[in-house]
Amino acid sequence: MVNGPGTPRLALREWSVWYGTQQALKSITLDVRSREILGVIGPANSGKTSFLRSLNRMNEMNPAFRYQGTIALDGRDVYRTLDSQEVRRRIGIVFALPLPLPVSIRDNVTYGPRMQGERGRGRLAELTERSLRAASLWDEVKDRLDVPAMKLSGGQQQRLCIARTLALQPEVILFDEPCSGLDPISTAKVEETMLQLKADYTLVLVTNNTKQAARVSDRTAFFLMGELVELDRTGVIFATPKDQRTNDYVTGRFG
Amino acid sequence: MTSRVEQRAVVAQGIAFAGLGACTALIVAVVVAVIGLIVVQGAPALSWAFLTTMPAQGMRAGGIFPALIGTLELVGLTVLFALPMGVAAAVYLTEYARESWFTRLVRLAIVNLSGVPSVVYGLFGLSLFVIFCRFGTSLLSGALTLAIMILPVVITASEEALRSVPQSFREVSHSLGASHWQTVRHAVLPFAVPGIMTGTILGISRAAGETAPILFTVAAFYLPRLPQSVFDPAMALPYHLYVISTQVPNIPAHQRYGTALVLLLLVLSMNLLAVLLRARFRRKRQW
Repeated sequence: MVNGPGTPRLALREWSVWYGTQQALKSITLDVRSREILGVIGPANSGKTSFLRSLNRMNEMNPAFRYQGTIALDGRDVYRTLDSQEVRRRIGIVFALPLPLPVSIRDNVTYGPRMQGERGRGRLAELTERSLRAASLWDEVKDRLDVPAMKLSGGQQQRLCIARTLALQPEVILFDEPCSGLDPISTAKVEETMLQLKADYTLVLVTNNTKQAARVSDRTAFFLMGELVELDRTGVIFATPKDQRTNDYVTGRFG
Repeated sequence: MTSRVEQRAVVAQGIAFAGLGACTALIVAVVVAVIGLIVVQGAPALSWAFLTTMPAQGMRAGGIFPALIGTLELVGLTVLFALPMGVAAAVYLTEYARESWFTRLVRLAIVNLSGVPSVVYGLFGLSLFVIFCRFGTSLLSGALTLAIMILPVVITASEEALRSVPQSFREVSHSLGASHWQTVRHAVLPFAVPGIMTGTILGISRAAGETAPILFTVAAFYLPRLPQSVFDPAMALPYHLYVISTQVPNIPAHQRYGTALVLLLLVLSMNLLAVLLRARFRRKRQW
């Protein structure tokens, strides 16, 4: 069964990334498994965001981006075989800052499907409700879907962005430090949402907050200066890491 | 006790302040004088009939109806040509073209285009549209000439408006699987519309007041009927003003100043509209 829990969805093989002459990732090889939360930790400039943005080709927004190696989604080459729009539909991303477009809540959620040509009002309404429910925001906004998204609080905006990504009906969801601008209560809500999403989706969570990775991820990868230092079950990474540098980082001795 | 040097410094400063203040006051005085003169002299001529009747007695009496309508039609046509072309060029420059010798050349051309004296546009319009394209002296030739004249304004304003849309909107749109054109169409252009409108209105208000570009391309000396199609010549306010001020003897002053006042009100109200629009959208802007 291709999509059973634990089978590899995304496979990186000797994946390297440059921006101009600056190398950001050095020959990364790892698998992201179906229905897991893969946590990615590491200090600033460790390459974790480059890693994340490699997975759905958002790196290509930067004209200086170059790559080597392969990334495959269910065995198909993300960069050479698949089309970038298809990749971004199948691999959704939630950015560090809540970035709703300055339109209504509803129009934010339905943006992706509308761009794919979905026009049916009923279908869009159903998608909106399902996505907002899955992002634990439905009850707070169901009576004011036509209010500008900018009127929501920061935490609500971030859950709206999650709902917007869910409306794409993706297979993998990437989170780029999704709680960096949020207070502890909003953070807890977003984390709870991620844990619920794990039942249906494959999640990759880049975070500056090692405790967050410890709380929600199944496996954790430690990046340092563009290299993958260690990848193991989260319990192992935080209790008995094999690499001294991992140990130093998770115990707060640097970074 | 202050020294002589200090006293001289204080006096020099007083003189400098007075001089600078006087210059500033002079600018205001000139504006007030110009507008005041036109309002005082022109106001008696203003009436509904002045705006809606044909000139009579060799333009010595009657109204400015054909010139007013001519100017409005001319301006409308100009927008029709300049807006799509200008916005398209700005979208290309900001959203599609990578920085290269070509885009630098285009920008240089735009800057230079905005420095060309308006009479040169008139001559250009005469040779290209009137003669070469055989549009004749017509609304079409005039509007095309004016459109080329205000293109730099429209392009520059549109470019600025597009650039002021946060980069994150483009990222978000792409991340949701939108194509580049969909991103421009749905996540960039709608948020640049206020800026584009403001720039375009300022461009039009310039076009409405220009005499030289329409002199050879559209303007009729005296035409006691409205143009029937875009291939007809038309009267226009600035040229009409020129004609009745210099070419026709014994015209009552209020006739001239009335025309000037209407033109002034037209241009000022367009500028005011642009300012109000900008203020309104600044206030409503959410990012």
